[in-house]
Amino acid sequence: MKKNPHTVTFTINGELKTFLTEPDEKLLALLRREGYQGAKYGCGQGTCGSCTVLMDGRAVYSCLLYAMQAEGREIRTIESIGTHDQPSEFQQELIAGGAVQCGYCIPGMIMSATALMENETTFDDETVREYMDGNLCRCTGYEKIWTALRRVLDRQEAAGKKK
Amino acid sequence: MTNPAAHFKQVNHSVTKVDAKQLALGKNSYVGDFVPSDALIVKMLWSPHPHARIKAIDVSKAEKMPGVKAVLWHGNVPRNIHCTAGQGFPEPSPYDTFIFDTKVRFVGDRVAAVAAETAEQAEAALARIHVEYELLPPVFSIDEAMADGAPVIHDEPEAHVPIPIPYEPKKNLVARVGCEAGDFEQGMKDADFTFDDTYETPYAQHCPIEPYTSLAHIDSAGRIIITTSTQVPFHCRRIVAQALGIPVQKIRVIKPRIGGGFGSKQEILLEDIVALFALRTGRPVFWQFTREENFRTGRTRHPIRVRLRTGVKKDGTITAIGMDCWNNTGAYGGHGLTVVSCCGSKVLPLYRCDNIHFLGLVYYTNLPVGGAYRGFGATQAFFAMESTIDKMAEAIGMDPLEFRRKNHIKTGEGSPVFAALGEGKEGTPMTVGSCALGECIEKGAAAIGWQNRTDWRTKTGRYRRGIGMACLMQGSSIPHIDMGGASIKINEDGSFNLLVGATDLGTGSDTVLAQIAAEELATTTDKMIVYSSDTDMTPFDVGAYASSTTYLSGEAARKAAADAKRQILKTGAEMLNLPVDQVVCQDAHVQTPDGSQKVSYGDIACYALYQKNQYQIIGTGSHITEKSPPPFAAHYAEIEVDTWTGLIKVLKYVSTIDCGTAINPALCEGQTEGGTLNGISYALTEQYLFQNGRMTNASFADYHIFSMRDKPPIQAILVPSYEDTGPFGAKSVSEICINGPAPVFANALYNATGARLYEFPFTPERVLKAIQAVKR
Repeated sequence: MKKNPHTVTFTINGELKTFLTEPDEKLLALLRREGYQGAKYGCGQGTCGSCTVLMDGRAVYSCLLYAMQAEGREIRTIESIGTHDQPSEFQQELIAGGAVQCGYCIPGMIMSATALMENETTFDDETVREYMDGNLCRCTGYEKIWTALRRVLDRQEAAGKKK
Repeated sequence: MTNPAAHFKQVNHSVTKVDAKQLALGKNSYVGDFVPSDALIVKMLWSPHPHARIKAIDVSKAEKMPGVKAVLWHGNVPRNIHCTAGQGFPEPSPYDTFIFDTKVRFVGDRVAAVAAETAEQAEAALARIHVEYELLPPVFSIDEAMADGAPVIHDEPEAHVPIPIPYEPKKNLVARVGCEAGDFEQGMKDADFTFDDTYETPYAQHCPIEPYTSLAHIDSAGRIIITTSTQVPFHCRRIVAQALGIPVQKIRVIKPRIGGGFGSKQEILLEDIVALFALRTGRPVFWQFTREENFRTGRTRHPIRVRLRTGVKKDGTITAIGMDCWNNTGAYGGHGLTVVSCCGSKVLPLYRCDNIHFLGLVYYTNLPVGGAYRGFGATQAFFAMESTIDKMAEAIGMDPLEFRRKNHIKTGEGSPVFAALGEGKEGTPMTVGSCALGECIEKGAAAIGWQNRTDWRTKTGRYRRGIGMACLMQGSSIPHIDMGGASIKINEDGSFNLLVGATDLGTGSDTVLAQIAAEELATTTDKMIVYSSDTDMTPFDVGAYASSTTYLSGEAARKAAADAKRQILKTGAEMLNLPVDQVVCQDAHVQTPDGSQKVSYGDIACYALYQKNQYQIIGTGSHITEKSPPPFAAHYAEIEVDTWTGLIKVLKYVSTIDCGTAINPALCEGQTEGGTLNGISYALTEQYLFQNGRMTNASFADYHIFSMRDKPPIQAILVPSYEDTGPFGAKSVSEICINGPAPVFANALYNATGARLYEFPFTPERVLKAIQAVKR
């Protein structure tokens, strides 16, 4: 097979890396090929959100972006959030609240929530819905995901006000 | 009455889901996360025609395309007729499918497949396959399918049904089932009011966020290893063996974590292809449906026409219920009979009535294929039944809540329908054991504010609010057909490997079964290492369907744990030098009842494995059920209707459920909330739109499923009962909740505006037309 000489260089979870790619390769395909498999294929059309990653702090659909569009950018994936010993606050609430059913949408949900928490300081329901609207879940009815997220946000808001 | 669940330490507690952390961390878990870098990628050429014969097909150019390793089509694969539905064996469904056939029967049917180094190469090769079709007249509705001289969709001579049930493919008839009790005609005559209404329910797709996905490779011993997103690993192994004409022994099916199924993955749609390609090429082979393929070729909810004829006396006695169902099963017949049977068997017993008529007819059409979908026929028939119940109540001037309370089945009561309708054979007579429907009705009414409900004639203005309700039942497993197995062995530290054939597809059944085993063993759930569904490693289980896992496989897990417990007690007593009848299991120890002498499970395991009279402490259990105890539910909603646009806004939804003992209350609530929202989305927005048999809205952009923004507040209320025949009092929870929203909204819309709809989704256009037709 003929090898294409194209490369793309970006920061992935804090590490600057260069990857071989093809002009028509999607960012999701590159990430999954390189072992960042927390981002999932769900629709390939930017409608379900299971492929959500952060690009320069914004939640984006990695199934819609070409890998080359990440050139020089900072990409963050679910692999940068939490560990078995120390899950993130939102992950802990999701786990404790029974909010993870099949779990396929959860990494994307967490990335959208991360963008929300990092970009906003107040979290009224409408703002939260705006950030989370692009992540579909078919299992949970969103009730327990919403409750878990609200708990984290309410704590953050309270902590912010104290400052 | 004392609460038998009060002393439980593991079950009836919201224990953390065993796989929650790995999934929340995004660790490799699903089929697509285990694809080797040298895997070939599959792409399928799908039929663009609803009904055509393949006159000629030339794959030679495709075979020579770069990266292509193999092409499969009807000329180079085994021709073994089979059924793709994963059901009991022999199936109550027709054998009407080949890996590839010389005929295509719907837009999205298989024509030829390519395996190539990359997806792009496979796609490019598909474009080089030349197919010559002879177009045949298509059949797009039940009426066309039933008509004299209708085009015959399954004219292949091999088509047959493997059990003795009616099947007439020359007439497009997939199945016919019926039952009679009492005298229906007389019951209609005895009524003060009679009703004769016809309801229609639409196509829908399950929309798991993980599409259908399968991976196969040949191991060093030459066996085919299939890792697949399936609800039915054991049925998958059997069906792939059947389709390929090879022994079951040659195949291993592994189910990793599954990204949702809801019934869609109770079907073998990819596994035969990846297995064949792996055999032909010796390479790992991966196939994942695109979202569009998931809609077009994936299984769907059967659209069903329900004619309901009922009679009621002024005093509220229901004198007759007659239900005729016409089930459009699409191009293939899997689940056609059983879904239509459940229209009767899961719905008719809910209300006391001596005179019952039921007829279910199933027809082929050249449309997408119906399959199993959460609710399984009950969803369709409850829309009709619960709409008509409201109409009956209004006719006799009774509050619909009171009318339901007066007539619903109660503990100790039976129904002739239980005995008459089974799955491809007669059913099992039974009386209802646990039933907390009365309490569900009360608690739900209080939560929605039923007492504030007013007649629609009093309402004016642009925005009008209405409150609606529905009562529901389902079943728990298929008696004398479904079987679940489990085994459990102890490790040196007192942990246990619990191996179950039951298939956790995101439902949390691994956790629930671990809780049940831990409760029986008097240890804690965190000591359980659960491994589910691997045909080489775990005992058999029919799989995740028919609301069976907690009730059926849960009892298998409990029996296996009880078996291990006997061995633990024996060895513990031996270590303590006491007779076995003087020790008990408590807090992961074998001890005297006063606790003065005790030995831990870890020490017992070490003793049994290393020290004296060594043996493996291992318990096994399998279970079949004698009955299918129904869970019950009462659903309520308050809606606001914009009478200028027809838009329905759901202000609040209340889902009560009696699932017996909630083994894991948080997960039971999650099932209820999730199923309810799926039902809400189905009732309000979901439908297949067609042009000449081709679905025109095969994407989430055009087929809307509810998002976090769309979600109304849903309140799940678990109402405990105790089912004596289930593990620690449990029965099923997963399916029932999806049945409520369509009839609840139909009734709420009537209560708001006086408009009654007999068809959904309740789109603004449809609602507006109905409101405009109301005569005040």
